Amino acid sequence: MSMIKVPGTGADGWRCGPCDADMVMKAVDLTYLNSRFTVELPVCPECGYVFIPESLATGKMHQVEQLLEDK
Amino acid sequence: MEQAELRQWENKCIQEESPKCAAACPLHVDARECCSLLAVGRVDKAWAVLAKTMPLPGILARTCDAPCKAACLRGEKGGPIEMGALERFLADAAQAPKLPRPLPRNGKSVAVIGGSMTGLCAAWEIARKGFAVTVYCDEPEIGFELPEGVLDSEIAAMSRMGVDLERGASLTPDLVQAQLEERDAVFVDSDGVPEAVLYFGEPDEVTLGTNSLGLFASRTGETSPVFQAAAGRRGANSIMRFSQGVSMVKSRELEGPYDTRLYTNVSKVEPVAPVPVDGGYDEASAVKEASRCLKCDCMECVKGCVYLKHYKHYPKVYVRQVYNNEAIVRGTRQANKMINSCMLCGLCDTVCPEDFAMGDVCLEARRNMIDKGTMPPSAHEFALRDMAFADGDKCALARHAPGTNESEYVFFPGCQLTATDPGGAERAYADLRERLGKVGLILRCCGAPAAWSGRDALFKESLAELKTSWEELGSPRIIAACPSCIKILREAMPEAEIVSHWSILSALGLPETALKTGGTLAVNDPCAAREDGALRADVRGLLDALGVAMVEPEYTGELTQCCGYGGLLNDVNPELGQTAAKARADAVDEDYVTYCAMCREMIARTGKAAMHLYDLIYPGRNRAGTRPTPGHSERRENRVHLREKLLRELWSEADGVAAEDFENIRVACTEAGAAAMEERRILTSDVQKVLLQAEKSGKHLVHGETGRFLASFRPAVVTYWVEYEQTDEGYLVHNTWCHRMKIQGGQP
Repeated sequence: MSMIKVPGTGADGWRCGPCDADMVMKAVDLTYLNSRFTVELPVCPECGYVFIPESLATGKMHQVEQLLEDK
Repeated sequence: MEQAELRQWENKCIQEESPKCAAACPLHVDARECCSLLAVGRVDKAWAVLAKTMPLPGILARTCDAPCKAACLRGEKGGPIEMGALERFLADAAQAPKLPRPLPRNGKSVAVIGGSMTGLCAAWEIARKGFAVTVYCDEPEIGFELPEGVLDSEIAAMSRMGVDLERGASLTPDLVQAQLEERDAVFVDSDGVPEAVLYFGEPDEVTLGTNSLGLFASRTGETSPVFQAAAGRRGANSIMRFSQGVSMVKSRELEGPYDTRLYTNVSKVEPVAPVPVDGGYDEASAVKEASRCLKCDCMECVKGCVYLKHYKHYPKVYVRQVYNNEAIVRGTRQANKMINSCMLCGLCDTVCPEDFAMGDVCLEARRNMIDKGTMPPSAHEFALRDMAFADGDKCALARHAPGTNESEYVFFPGCQLTATDPGGAERAYADLRERLGKVGLILRCCGAPAAWSGRDALFKESLAELKTSWEELGSPRIIAACPSCIKILREAMPEAEIVSHWSILSALGLPETALKTGGTLAVNDPCAAREDGALRADVRGLLDALGVAMVEPEYTGELTQCCGYGGLLNDVNPELGQTAAKARADAVDEDYVTYCAMCREMIARTGKAAMHLYDLIYPGRNRAGTRPTPGHSERRENRVHLREKLLRELWSEADGVAAEDFENIRVACTEAGAAAMEERRILTSDVQKVLLQAEKSGKHLVHGETGRFLASFRPAVVTYWVEYEQTDEGYLVHNTWCHRMKIQGGQP
């Protein structure tokens, strides 16, 4: 499946605390109710910690969750 | 839902039934639609409505004797719509619409004998059905004076539709016989031929058939032009059936005038007298007269329900959407949210003349979704978690009164009262013990969230636990304070005697603590009290004893409206829940008093002063009506603390529940942080779990500019993110959000 890029999604100034590293955009797999999406998200290059920004969680991601719940 | 069930429900909703005018008109002219268009000045469109249904519209509109007037509901509110005069205005003023396009020619031919109104209308209708028609007459003769040229122009129109006119024909029985042999059918206009032609006796009332096969005829003596036209149409319908070889009598009940089931409430309609017709209407007076039309429809249920209004239709449409929603195997179920948004309050079936119960439809649909596994997981999750918490070790309790080992009664305040006014519940319990003696206590949920969300198995499970607690106390009489608890427990535990706290108070009299400060208050009946007149009367008796002057909102008593909490609306669709609460709040100018904890919370959250009856009978420190509305976490804490306090003070017991690790995390919130938690239904315990996880794992993000931290954790099915700073006391939460999608790869 091709990777989804959500415009406006970035690290928003967040860095990984323990690794002291800037986040990089990487492909991350997200799943919900038997659906899997590969989304480009900010990730710590050292430890792989994934950041889900507030705007994504309450916006596009919420919409997709609701849509999947009605499938 | 089976298809037969769908049909039954659809048939109950009468919104799509014909208005009185169209049902009384033998041609079923849509006078309501005509008036709607004319009232906004759309003269040509209004005329097109008439011309679509009427044969020879230029003639019939000018001669129509408007039998609709006798049925018009405007009649009792100033006088019926002057439909005849409006038809004449339109016939004169409007541009002629295109002729109706006949069906393709079917290769059959029909003779019409006689050229009065009935015969000409029959010819028009028969031609529309695709037959070749010839009218035999001396001269076309309507029997009414028409403006010059009208008759000729209508006959020219008939000719364009394929009707031949044989003028000067000799109308004899021989002509009828000859035509019968030559053509597929013959229609005799009995008032347009010499008596000698009527050799076939009285035609059948329904079919207009005679004792001669293929010969149809109108019955003699009809003087009303519109009924003459209807006889022509009936003859045309019979000839169509005859030529197709189908039943001549089946399903013809709706030809001609019939009784309609449409109900229209005119009780609030102001009388307005008709615009005088005098010599006829001009456009201004016709528009004014058409504006008097009530546009009759039912919508009784929709008028009083924000939910039914929100989805823009009415139950007949909704039940079909529910049916279609269930039928979807692959694809998006568009009606899930609609089904889950009904408050199940029962107002619609109370006001509906046919008892259409949207609540029954939606609850059954929810059960079906649970059975099939198609219920959206997020819809009721928060409410069910709250129910589980109220039934859990930290909140639930069952004890005999302190110092006793038996109970004559047990007080069941319900989980919402203990969440919102734990002090009131505590004082009420003290009063009951003092005045009734052996009153035990059960703290837990009645199971309403499980029942309302369609989870019957969960409801039964919760009920079984409640029953066990109750039986262990010796099955005492249950004193319940919450109208929803009363309703649910009476239905689910018929073996128990459930009495309302309000009837106990009515019998005992008010306690000394009661505030008899009087004043005027509006009474808000909870929807659970809709069918409980005794409960409502007890409450009013108590308010009277408190010296309160009562006013009633428009929707009250058995017609009361839900506050927006019922059926878990506020969980599923918070915006609509708030709209319902706002509608309730705006219904009166006075402050509200109610006797349901959730009604009080929902209304008070809109900013309207609202109090629970406990605020007057068992007052705390806050002035009645100003008690704060606790947030989601505080509601839980209230239940926990009430249990701890009562155990400690009444039974000298420790709560016996070990604190979990996350509970030791000390959390404070900024205003924005608290608002985000409340709006997104994120509990303090959720935040504590995230922070504990961050402490343990050391995983967190840090912001380059603000220096704040961000951590996440997924305790079960939701991932929570908390933006925070560390303080000397613990943590200060600035923001929080959540999502249900899972990050693959082991992020906790």
